[in-house]
Amino acid sequence: MSLVLEAAILGILTGGVYALMASGLTLIFGVMRIINVGHGALVILGAYLSFALFRSLHIDPFLTLVITMPAMFALGVVLQVVLIRPLKTDREALSVLVTYAMALGIEGVLGYVFTANYVELRGWYETASFAIFGFHITYVYVFGFLLCLAILGALFLVLYRTAFGGAVRATMLNRTAAQLIGVDVDRVSALAFGIGVATAAAGGVVFGITNAFNPGSHYDLISRLLTIIVLGGLGSLRGAILAALLMLVIEDITAVVISPVWASFAFFVILVGVLIVRPQGLYGVRVRERI
Amino acid sequence: MNRTGAVKAIALVGLAVVALLLPLIAPDPATTNIAVFTAMYVGLATAWNIMGGYTGYISLGHAAFFGLGAYSLALLLAHLNIAPGYGPFLLVPVAGLLAALLAVGIGWIALRTRAATFVIVTIAFMFMCQLLAENLVKVTGGGGGLGLPYPRDWSGDFYNTPYYYAMLLLAVLALGVSWWIRRSKFGLGLLAIRDDEDKALAVGVPTRAFKLTAFVISAALVGMIGAVYAYYVTFIYPQFVFDPLIGISMVLMVFLGGLGTLSGPVVGALLLEPAQLQFAYRFGASKLYLVLYSAVFLVVILLMPRGIVPSARDLIARRRRPRAAGPTGTVTDTRAASITRPLASP
Repeated sequence: MSLVLEAAILGILTGGVYALMASGLTLIFGVMRIINVGHGALVILGAYLSFALFRSLHIDPFLTLVITMPAMFALGVVLQVVLIRPLKTDREALSVLVTYAMALGIEGVLGYVFTANYVELRGWYETASFAIFGFHITYVYVFGFLLCLAILGALFLVLYRTAFGGAVRATMLNRTAAQLIGVDVDRVSALAFGIGVATAAAGGVVFGITNAFNPGSHYDLISRLLTIIVLGGLGSLRGAILAALLMLVIEDITAVVISPVWASFAFFVILVGVLIVRPQGLYGVRVRERI
Repeated sequence: MNRTGAVKAIALVGLAVVALLLPLIAPDPATTNIAVFTAMYVGLATAWNIMGGYTGYISLGHAAFFGLGAYSLALLLAHLNIAPGYGPFLLVPVAGLLAALLAVGIGWIALRTRAATFVIVTIAFMFMCQLLAENLVKVTGGGGGLGLPYPRDWSGDFYNTPYYYAMLLLAVLALGVSWWIRRSKFGLGLLAIRDDEDKALAVGVPTRAFKLTAFVISAALVGMIGAVYAYYVTFIYPQFVFDPLIGISMVLMVFLGGLGTLSGPVVGALLLEPAQLQFAYRFGASKLYLVLYSAVFLVVILLMPRGIVPSARDLIARRRRPRAAGPTGTVTDTRAASITRPLASP
């Protein structure tokens, strides 16, 4: 039993990272109605940027965020303007292909620069642990969770307490109507994409400290993130966070109770189950094409 | 027959003759190897287009059926103790049938969702199948992979030839099915679903049954092609056949050629696959291959979102209109217009 409880705690702590990464993804979907299949690759890119800074300048991985997050934000804005904005018709389908191509490009560049060997970000907190109620918890999970919580909090503050956040939410609700009341949706889209990519960078650091990764790691990551946002309901931040925590807890418990090789499979089983009962996801609205 | 019709017929016959005689024209294994893969992708892209092009439901998980077909054949050969030679080809339809069964299951669940969610669910299913192939070690051999027997008495220049004809046959089958669907009432229903699913349902198109049927047909064809592929490469492992790149390649070819057209997938595959093999051959060692591939990909989608065939057709139509405004093939023209209409934009 205590093993299960420990797995659940670990699930919540690691779920925080997935919640952060998935919120960026679902935010991008909500604002632009596009699926960013390259989100996983952007996370890995963020992890590699931190890895490069960590290796060459010996900066603590968490501190590299001060540099990587703004850089990735700028990259996101550029990517949106160059790749997403030109798509006029059939955005949903074409955006999948464009962002997939982007993912392949990032994988290729990373493979060229860093080779296919697995690397890991390191810090003292990676192995040090503390005991609480008899459970041993490694510091890195707690720091990662707190970081994700802080960034998610900031994201919610921006979305719900600023004028820009109002514009973002208006665009998510109804793009055309937002445009009519004077929201510059192109600008909002670019900035929202930038924010999504910046959160990917933050997620990348935490992911990189808790997992070994290589340029091909994004496939596994994106399949999980996409499953999470479908579960939560596309475009719902709350849904994404809840789904991420739920999935990781169930995954970690499966690993303990059944076997680690079936842990990721539990993910998909839940997805299938939810789709049968509630195709629109936990917090989603049914998709109907506008007539 | 008007002039375009004649040109088309000549082009078709020419292509057919070249395709049939290719192993005689260029018998060296390097060329026939490219031919095997090109025929394979003509079939895959055409099969994918039956679902993705006609109904507008973009599946990025068709590699699941490809992989299932590959594993089915490998396991059948191993358990039934079939001697290598022409025999294994006879089991290819069985692999197709198994892929169709899987598609009924996946489709039943995935087709409850629409648009973006459908795309994601198909990706998830693909990775689910990959994971199963890895985890069911006792059945599939897990990450270690599975070997297939290979025919020792086929040698030299001849070795690729049977595989080439098998792939060609499946490609022609896929084209035949696609052509038939395009002209049937069923096909019309699929296009109606693509244009507006709610309205299609309202006028009496059994949308769920139609979507599922298209999905299953498309999957069965992909499964059979996957089976021949496994027999050709003689060794498979999970990431190799449940490969997201295979899934995305067929999609890209359809988009390059023209989504929802009959000839588009063929054009796309004929252009892209040889190029892709060249890339892989020259830059395969470094990851630059991926970068190049993604660059081609982006150029295609950003510059020609509608594909080559519809763009070319428009160009021809525009050139002709001033001279021959009249009854030149009105029936085919309205059809062409409905094919090339872009999907409902959000």
